[in-house]
Amino acid sequence: MSDDALHDEARAFLAAHWKGPLKTPDEAKAWLAKVVENRFAVLRWPEEWMGRGLKDPQARVIEREFAAVGAPGTGQDRSNLWANTLLACGTQGLKEKLVLPLLRNEVGMCLLYSEPGAGSDLAGIRTRADLEGDHYVVNGQKVWTSSAATADYGMLIARTNWDVPKHRGISFFFCPMKQPGVEVRPLRQITNESHFNEVFLTNAIVPAENLLGELGEGWGVLQTALAYERSVMGEGARGPRSGVAESKDEEPLIALARETGALADPLIRQEIARVLAYKKVNAMNTARAKADLAQGTSSPVMSLGKLAMSRILHEEAKLRTMILAAGSMLEGPKHPRAEDANFLTLNAYFTSIGGGTDQIQRNIIGERVLGLPKEPEVDRDIPFRQVKAGI
Amino acid sequence: MTTLSAEERTAIQDSVRRLLADQSSESQVRQTMETETGFDAGLWGQLCEMGIAGLLIDEAHGGSGAGPLELELVMEEAGAALLCSPLLASSVVAAALVKALGDAGAESRLLPDIASGKRIATAALTGPAGTWTEDGVAVTATPEGALTGEASYVLHGQNAHVLLVAAGPEEAIDIYEVDARAEGVTIEALPTFDHTLRMAKVTFKGAKGRRINANRPAWDAVRETLDLALVALAGEQAGGGKKVLEFTVDYAKNRVQFGRAIGSFQAVKHMASDLLLESESAISAARNAARALAEGAADAPAQISLAAFACKDAYSQITATAIQMHGGIAFTWAHPAHLYLRRARSAAQLFGTAAYYRERYIQQLGG
Repeated sequence: MSDDALHDEARAFLAAHWKGPLKTPDEAKAWLAKVVENRFAVLRWPEEWMGRGLKDPQARVIEREFAAVGAPGTGQDRSNLWANTLLACGTQGLKEKLVLPLLRNEVGMCLLYSEPGAGSDLAGIRTRADLEGDHYVVNGQKVWTSSAATADYGMLIARTNWDVPKHRGISFFFCPMKQPGVEVRPLRQITNESHFNEVFLTNAIVPAENLLGELGEGWGVLQTALAYERSVMGEGARGPRSGVAESKDEEPLIALARETGALADPLIRQEIARVLAYKKVNAMNTARAKADLAQGTSSPVMSLGKLAMSRILHEEAKLRTMILAAGSMLEGPKHPRAEDANFLTLNAYFTSIGGGTDQIQRNIIGERVLGLPKEPEVDRDIPFRQVKAGI
Repeated sequence: MTTLSAEERTAIQDSVRRLLADQSSESQVRQTMETETGFDAGLWGQLCEMGIAGLLIDEAHGGSGAGPLELELVMEEAGAALLCSPLLASSVVAAALVKALGDAGAESRLLPDIASGKRIATAALTGPAGTWTEDGVAVTATPEGALTGEASYVLHGQNAHVLLVAAGPEEAIDIYEVDARAEGVTIEALPTFDHTLRMAKVTFKGAKGRRINANRPAWDAVRETLDLALVALAGEQAGGGKKVLEFTVDYAKNRVQFGRAIGSFQAVKHMASDLLLESESAISAARNAARALAEGAADAPAQISLAAFACKDAYSQITATAIQMHGGIAFTWAHPAHLYLRRARSAAQLFGTAAYYRERYIQQLGG
């Protein structure tokens, strides 16, 4: 099919069916179903799975048409973590059961990766899955799971072989969440919010056909899934949460200092310029990385974004605290500026710890970007059974 | 301002890189920095022939007619190679000042010689206070153009043929063209911490100057010149920082202690990763400032302030941390790390401090 014909078909479809912003969850689901049914959801996928087998430039033509009117639902061959992972690694039975419902957003999903004893060292997981007949029995504890209470399935990594080195004994499953063996407990964060859960797995049942990839090769499946996840995360960090408006006419940090009278303090002025520069330069770095990418050269700048963001968030929170001084000892709706400064101070750790701590990030940059040698790993080549477990 | 294509720009940068790889190696820099003039006349001649000395000068005056974008890239190479030359003094500051003043006569008198390298020019813009601000000028002029007072931190003053001197009274500063050999002019070389740099103190006792007829308040032209000079300096700092990070990472890969390359230790690896962020950020900031200036963006002065303090701080941090990462070897004179540290510490103060530009930045943002 020519580009022009594709173009026309997409335009005709949007003209006939797109009626502006989706107002209710039902409307959203109905729209997605239509996008999937007309093969616009996953343009690069094979026809068998409601795709069109298009090459990237052709797919972009259609995606641009959708973007131009603000219609969602296309581009899922890159953005839908769950469906892509399943299509790449799932059994035929599971794919037939879940791929299309996932594209239609009819299946709630969550991630069952981290454990209390396996944070930075994810390959050190100790949740176990044992085959009994036509299903696996899962026991262990997972943590930092968003949406666990509403999810239908969790993407689970569990150990299936304890007699091989740690990366080789892990398997990857779609674990049904709505069963007696799965208990979800909300986790209260230092910000006094609860976005995450702990998930306790006690003799939870996973059908054998829910295994993705080969038994013991779950680490590879996980890398596939993480790659999709990284490509959609995009590093959005949260701003103040008090809801009390900050100035739109000037930099919020300058406005805040003006409000408290701290703007006359030369030390505060220096700090504001320094922190604002971190933010601006990070934006320049991102722009340069994108320009490099567009020209087909990869840029080391891309991998620095998360580390840079973590510094920005911590430094900005520290500066807000400095500006408020004694006022930062308070909280609550009557003290929105303090509420913001204190929230940002605590929530900065979301970025500097979550998704790989700053220290792990520095290892990755040092090794993959600068090419420095890896630290020797004492547990890499021994059977996992012999690996030291701590707290 | 510039009509060069991206390819032409890259070609200029590549040719400068090749020339400096050949003629500004570490051992050549060490040789040159021990000489009295502090620059290699042969290499300078080639930079003039290549059109680098006349980079900012219009073709009508024998220059290349390029702008901030090309300048920034060339300076990245100069910084990486620790180039010893009057490039910044003559081709950037002096040439830009003559252009900014807008006196056609002065342009025809001075720019062709600056571009060809026949004469080296330098600007004497600050006194012993070293602030590069109007109130830092310590030379005064009589209505007849007789100059008295002192200028300091004059780049390559001891090598200059012609001086462009800022002289007060403070509320009405003008720029005077002064022959370096004129009566009443005493040029005294200053001992510089950065041995690859030459600076002088210039004392005037009734020296005869020719006032340049600015078509605007002369200090406005100075400020515009300093902004361009800061773009050049930011490029030099970004290029130097990148080079230092490269040889430091190489060393961490090859230096073995406890049976391992020291770069495998997280304590060292993390320092390297942090320096990569500093280095790449300096490059982004320097190039962004050059682009803003080339495009004549309304916020170009603010972007330049940001690049000025970001690059001053980044280069200082990279060069200082690099010595720590090397350990003892970089504590020796024979190792190049201190040459870069010296350049970084000097560049951190040149044309105003990082703190000065942070304050200017917050003012430019309305704070």
